[in-house]
Amino acid sequence: MRYAMVIDTLKCVGCSDCVVACQTENDVPIGFCRDWITETVNGSYPNLDLELKSERCNHCDNAPCVRCCPTGASHIGDGGIVLVTANECIGCGACIESCPYDARYQHPDGYVDKCTFCHHRLEKGQLPACVSVCPTKCMYFGDLDNPNSEVSQLLKNRKHKTLAPEAGTNPHVFYLI
Amino acid sequence: MQEELFTSGRNIPHIDPYLQIWHWPISLYLFLGGIAAGILFFAALFYVLGKEKEYPAAVKFASIIPPIALSIGLLALVYDLTHKLYTWRLYTTFRIESPMSWGAWVLLIVTPLSFLWLFSYYAEIYPKTEEKLQLLKKFKFLATFEQFLKTNRLYIAYALIPLTLVLGVYTGILLSAFNARPLWNNAILGPLFLTSGLSTGAAAIILMAKTKKEKHLFGKIDLALIIVELALIVHMIMGYYAGSQVQLEAMQLLVGGDFTLMFFGFVVILGLIIPATLELIELIGYKVPVIVPAMLVILGGLIFRFVMVEAGQLTRFLY
Repeated sequence: MRYAMVIDTLKCVGCSDCVVACQTENDVPIGFCRDWITETVNGSYPNLDLELKSERCNHCDNAPCVRCCPTGASHIGDGGIVLVTANECIGCGACIESCPYDARYQHPDGYVDKCTFCHHRLEKGQLPACVSVCPTKCMYFGDLDNPNSEVSQLLKNRKHKTLAPEAGTNPHVFYLI
Repeated sequence: MQEELFTSGRNIPHIDPYLQIWHWPISLYLFLGGIAAGILFFAALFYVLGKEKEYPAAVKFASIIPPIALSIGLLALVYDLTHKLYTWRLYTTFRIESPMSWGAWVLLIVTPLSFLWLFSYYAEIYPKTEEKLQLLKKFKFLATFEQFLKTNRLYIAYALIPLTLVLGVYTGILLSAFNARPLWNNAILGPLFLTSGLSTGAAAIILMAKTKKEKHLFGKIDLALIIVELALIVHMIMGYYAGSQVQLEAMQLLVGGDFTLMFFGFVVILGLIIPATLELIELIGYKVPVIVPAMLVILGGLIFRFVMVEAGQLTRFLY
């Protein structure tokens, strides 16, 4: 089992529904977010290229946050999901410093918080909140170890990229381009 | 041209627009940890070499600094944690890949050893305080303990030599292990922080030294360390220069950016080149008040930690 998320940048309209769904589902404190939308404009007028991306923790295979954590609070759980155990976290910030995606933040209660791929929903057989609400259905979620899963098929047939691959983290959120 | 922005309005405290996760306590600790490691290293080394009587400042008098520096440093570290009540979690595990775990354990050993080292010399370096307080006479177990420490000093010294080196290197490795911060992510930061720590330690010993012989010896040691440090800084810049795009951008902060004055003005020129020149002039035979180069080295070391911690957090891969 290796969970992965595939996001179609050609379908995404940047509505921020995933961001709001996540904040509601996970009770994210006001002013914080576990996922966010970036708008990238490439080129110069009139030849412009716009790309919209819903970004979050990339649940890397080679997760620098897990490597740097001094207590083991940051760990890789079932299906390769990177998780933080709140009552093991001392709030030192080492994982935040080590994340090339700046996907982690210090919760007002002190511990470090981040996207969990909604593992509490996965356990019930549901999709992550962001995926389930997407109005353009541009987000896909599934098992990368299963060659017949939707995500595996998409990555087989479509051009895709990951964020900052040069950081050597082997991220598991893929963007179709 | 490329322009990237957050359309969902991401503005997380301490993360955006740039990281502010580690504040002044970390920089202060990195400095204090370095100087304590330096002093303890020289104390242990000169004790093992049997030069206790020849260089009393290094072995005895300066040993008041490490326990105080480490205590303040540890308080600063805990102060910067956001989930403080769980600090004990550091000591329920040892994570070999995490530099901070190494540091936590090394500090757990070195800090008590620094207190024991000082206590074993307490009656010798503060006879007046002892006369007033009569601690060793009033409490028999303290006198027995002091005797025990005195007979086992050599073992403490043997333990301190590798441990202080690990402590000195760790202050640098702590930063260089973060590949997400291109300014920190170079292997030379460990040796560089160790050298800087040893150099500030030597400078502190010069300040405490009373004999000309000791001041001269540590002046020479400091000069050699400064030269090594300058060479390491050159290598660090070369490393950025030959690095990837993110490292080139990180280098811009130090070379021709916001931190150029702080780095080259205060750290390299005022903190290294000028004290090295002054120490050289003194070695040739001219009279230079040693307090000047020694203080410059110590201040340079402190500013160096602040520059690296602040500038490093400005550098990132995305956004």
